Amino acid sequence: MTAPQPAQAQTGAPAIEVRGVEKRFGATTAIQGVDLELAIHDRLSIVGPSGCGKSTLLGIISGLDEPDSGVVSVLGESSSQGRLRKCAWMPQRDLLLPWRDVLGNAAVSLENRGVRPKAARRQVAELAGRFGLAGFENRYPYQLSGGMRQRVSFLRTLSAGKDVLLFDEPFGALDSITRADLQSWLRAALDAEPRTTVLVTHDVEEALLLGNRVLVMSARPGRVMATFDVHLPEARSRRDLIRLPEFADLRDQILGLLEAS
Amino acid sequence: MSSATDTAIPPVEAAIGSAGSKRRTRKVLGRFLPSLGILAVVAALWEAASHWFGVPKYILPSLEAIWLKAVRSWSDTLASATWVTTKEVLGGFFLAVVVAVAIALLLHLSEPLRNAVYPLLIGSQAIPIVVIAPVLAIIFGYTITPKLIVVAFICFFSMVVNSLDGLRSVDPEYIRLMRTLDGNRWSTLRRVQIPAALPSMFTGMRIAATYAPVGAVFGEYAGSQDGLGYVMIQATPLLQTDMVFAAIAILTIEAVLLFLAVSFVERMMCPWARRGHSV
Repeated sequence: MTAPQPAQAQTGAPAIEVRGVEKRFGATTAIQGVDLELAIHDRLSIVGPSGCGKSTLLGIISGLDEPDSGVVSVLGESSSQGRLRKCAWMPQRDLLLPWRDVLGNAAVSLENRGVRPKAARRQVAELAGRFGLAGFENRYPYQLSGGMRQRVSFLRTLSAGKDVLLFDEPFGALDSITRADLQSWLRAALDAEPRTTVLVTHDVEEALLLGNRVLVMSARPGRVMATFDVHLPEARSRRDLIRLPEFADLRDQILGLLEAS
Repeated sequence: MSSATDTAIPPVEAAIGSAGSKRRTRKVLGRFLPSLGILAVVAALWEAASHWFGVPKYILPSLEAIWLKAVRSWSDTLASATWVTTKEVLGGFFLAVVVAVAIALLLHLSEPLRNAVYPLLIGSQAIPIVVIAPVLAIIFGYTITPKLIVVAFICFFSMVVNSLDGLRSVDPEYIRLMRTLDGNRWSTLRRVQIPAALPSMFTGMRIAATYAPVGAVFGEYAGSQDGLGYVMIQATPLLQTDMVFAAIAILTIEAVLLFLAVSFVERMMCPWARRGHSV
């Protein structure tokens, strides 16, 4: 039982490469001179003050938007259409379609690719159980709690079968208990189903829990201030991880940087 | 995995169950009682005016006289007139739905077309349909065709405007999401924009439903051999005011029934919209 597995492209070459990217909105420069490189199955977290252009950067990587200058390539694809084929995007709001049930929502990308609705539902039904959605397959979004809805959104993102997953503050709208629960759940899901991921968040703990590299951005215009490698022992509970001295140390360094900027 | 996040809200219907049928009756009564109350007050004033204040019968016949007239002339006049007008109302209404949705989709898909046609559509509403109807009658004769056109013409505008609004007001984040899920323009239209626009389309249809019977009467005034409008033309010069009011009452009932039918179909097709969820 696996998610639709994307074909792994050229090993060795970076999965995501961003060089000198700049994006302006009218007179304001949202991001400037951003460089980053991500190997396959790397997990990058981007933190920064609100309005620093982290979501803008994510939109550019995904292929939804084009930079004003600079180069972006995802698995060798540098056109926006090519990047869109390689990236799945999970937004902060779940954006579930209210007229589709859980399986119907998760199956949208398969249907978009021409799979018949029944076959598409069968395909995502196999995954639903693993994402804590067993028994809820035929529920409609309004019958689900916020945490459940975000799981459906994640299932939909994963069912797109893309190599790269982009998360734009996926848990930002949830209460802290649900958020903590979903953080450890997503960590486990990504351990079981490794993908190249970029996570945008303003929550430093979330960045450390879900990334093996953390990129800190400055206030507008957003630039890369620093990157930190995160080496935390695998398969530890969220509470254990947060209590580790390495974790606390990294968190203090990053928070210090953010406060200084 | 079990946690607080796993508890889903149970469907509302299950909680009501069969024990709720009595409650539902009471709810329906509560919904319509105020309207019925106002109607009763108007009826009482009406009766008072015709019986006690000496308003002549050919201006304001008593409700009783209208009712008797309706019953007595049902089989030889009103029944067939109602049938003819109903066909015109429904035919014109459905014609308008098809045309309006097609126009709305075209205008939604092509911005140049939208810019070119939208002002013309608005201008078209200034055309005095009362004057155009006789011309249509000259062209098409005393057939059902000119009536269908008049009904459709009166109905289609609110449907086009509302459908187009519905299609265009979809949250752009959904469109972006569809692009990351391998959605092209067509799949986004089909899986997101059209379903999202359904509630607005129904709003347009509900507004149009109340105009449709008036359109049919316009069409019949311009030239007809049967129908409620025809009955009114015949009755007015003979000072058969009771007959005119009987026809008006039937038209009113038709408009309300059409409105309710549209609302019913909407409830069936867009159950999510009643819960205040939009896209």
